[in-house]
Amino acid sequence: MSISTENEQLAYIASQAADARVNVEVETDEGMTLNLGPQHPATHGTLRIIAKLDGEKVVAAEPIMGYMHRGYEKLTEVRTYPQVTTLINRIDWLGSFANEVPFILAAEQLMEVEAPPRAQWIRTILFELSRIANVCLFLGDMAVQVGATTPVFYAFRDREFVLNQIERVTGGRFHPNFDRIGGLKDDLPKGWIEETRGALDRMKSFCDEMEELVLGNEIFQARTRNIGVIPGDVALSYGLSGANLRASGVDWDIRRDANVGLVYDQVDWKVWTHPDGDSFARFWVRLQETREACNIIDQLLGSIPSGPIMAKVPRIIKVPAGEAYVATENPLGEMGYYVVSKGDLTPFRVKIRSASFSNMSITPWILKDVFVPDIISILASLYFILGDIDR
Amino acid sequence: MAEIPDHLLKRAQAAREKAEAEQPAAGEPASEATETDTAVAVIEEETVEIDEKAEETLNKILEGLGEKVLSSHIAPNRGLWIRVSSENWRQTAQFLHDELDCTFFDWLSVIDWMPSPYGRELDAEQDIEPEQEPTEPEQMEWGYTGGDTRFQLICRLYSITNAIGIMVKADLDDQSPRALSLIPVYPGANWHEREAREMFGVTFDEHPDLRNIYLPGDFEGHPLRKDYPLLSRRMKPWPGIVDVEAMPGEEK
Repeated sequence: MSISTENEQLAYIASQAADARVNVEVETDEGMTLNLGPQHPATHGTLRIIAKLDGEKVVAAEPIMGYMHRGYEKLTEVRTYPQVTTLINRIDWLGSFANEVPFILAAEQLMEVEAPPRAQWIRTILFELSRIANVCLFLGDMAVQVGATTPVFYAFRDREFVLNQIERVTGGRFHPNFDRIGGLKDDLPKGWIEETRGALDRMKSFCDEMEELVLGNEIFQARTRNIGVIPGDVALSYGLSGANLRASGVDWDIRRDANVGLVYDQVDWKVWTHPDGDSFARFWVRLQETREACNIIDQLLGSIPSGPIMAKVPRIIKVPAGEAYVATENPLGEMGYYVVSKGDLTPFRVKIRSASFSNMSITPWILKDVFVPDIISILASLYFILGDIDR
Repeated sequence: MAEIPDHLLKRAQAAREKAEAEQPAAGEPASEATETDTAVAVIEEETVEIDEKAEETLNKILEGLGEKVLSSHIAPNRGLWIRVSSENWRQTAQFLHDELDCTFFDWLSVIDWMPSPYGRELDAEQDIEPEQEPTEPEQMEWGYTGGDTRFQLICRLYSITNAIGIMVKADLDDQSPRALSLIPVYPGANWHEREAREMFGVTFDEHPDLRNIYLPGDFEGHPLRKDYPLLSRRMKPWPGIVDVEAMPGEEK
């Protein structure tokens, strides 16, 4: 193998390290190369970072992914529209239901079908519940990455109540596969609304607990304040979305500004932003958003309209020719599907725009000139799911 | 060959008969007048649906770029598409970034418009070996804004201040698909272009680092091209219409 560029050299070193299946530190002429991962507790999966160090400082960092690439964009081309939701459930596995919604909305847009109001309401409720199930884990996990072990156990404990509620409706704790073109698979079970209120109360007290336990903690603040600062314009040019963007002071939320098909306009709620753009701001925004999600669900639970949960759609679904892009504000950020249809049973091409892929593309920029321990806290605060990067 | 279940064939036959029965009624001369009336009504309904924001944005783009915009398409309240040539690719992005405040880089990808040479028929057990050479461009059908070539570059740029997203398409040369990298305008295009390179074989000039992002370094071929075979389709039958069960009470 001839090594021509510096990047190839880095990739070569990385591949050698992978063969040994250990984290190794390789001495090179200009300093040290530190290999993090692919099996590292901070990566929520298999992501590897190759960092070139000068002392304790990172000179250049290069994330390497693809260990989990499953080729969903190709697989969607040989599956019918209803079958696709089974696949895309597995993109962001912590908030699965939220993955299905934009695809279904895109197909509905092409078919010119609209789900009945009751289905839209329940969709929005489940969407926000999956946001809580997802972000709740982040709140605990972020603390673990800076050295506090307890919060993550609290997060797992309280997340269970939300998962139970999702399971009661959909039958699946992690992969509901519940959304259908034209509505939902099933209606809510009896007594579910009251139980959900109970779970939400628990969630609210969890948020308060996190605020007291983590947010005010001196060590946590020292590890996150003014670390990993992303200015708003840089965040935009890298395509950051969701809480990462709002933590950089950009007041932008698809739920409020470009809402398609969900009923956020029926609710009184607030978009939280933070001007600092550091790791602390990203944690703070997500904490507020979890509270806000509880608030949204609370209001929606009281106003679910009656009626059918399924619009009239043919049993064998053929989507008329056309192109559509629908994005929603998923727990991790903007998730969208660009669906190209040629009037067949299967989509002609589906481009999956996943939030973590864009959110992570800023890592070479943000990890420059930080200290080694901050790599972990910055990665944790950017918050990615490997399935969402690799698709 | 898997057989299509009888109940489906029966239903299709019934639908065909019904359609045939209805057709002569609609074709009667007496109903002609009402037919034209409804046609007019439909047209009126369509003209009502105008996306003012998209129209306004398109006018601004046409003012600024003029002849460079080869075609455009507006789907009311769904989006705005424009098509430029690959030479003007970066220039267009720069214009949208500077003049229309499209500062948010959403995503970039490629569409391969060639129909799949592996007959993906409903009743085919598995992929058929392609009989002919990759399909000629004449047999392709393009989506919105049309097209001239097999590969089309597409990216979505978003303006947060105006809350409008613009899809920009560009035709790429069939033999050596290439375009200028968008990294100087949007640094976030880096990974998207690397993905497009490995999946479709599109070269981005002036890109600093076009290594594979997902696939192993020595991977051969470009998996998202339509003529790239899908191994799972060779291994097992297509899980399609043959799995449809009859609804309760429905005749088998």
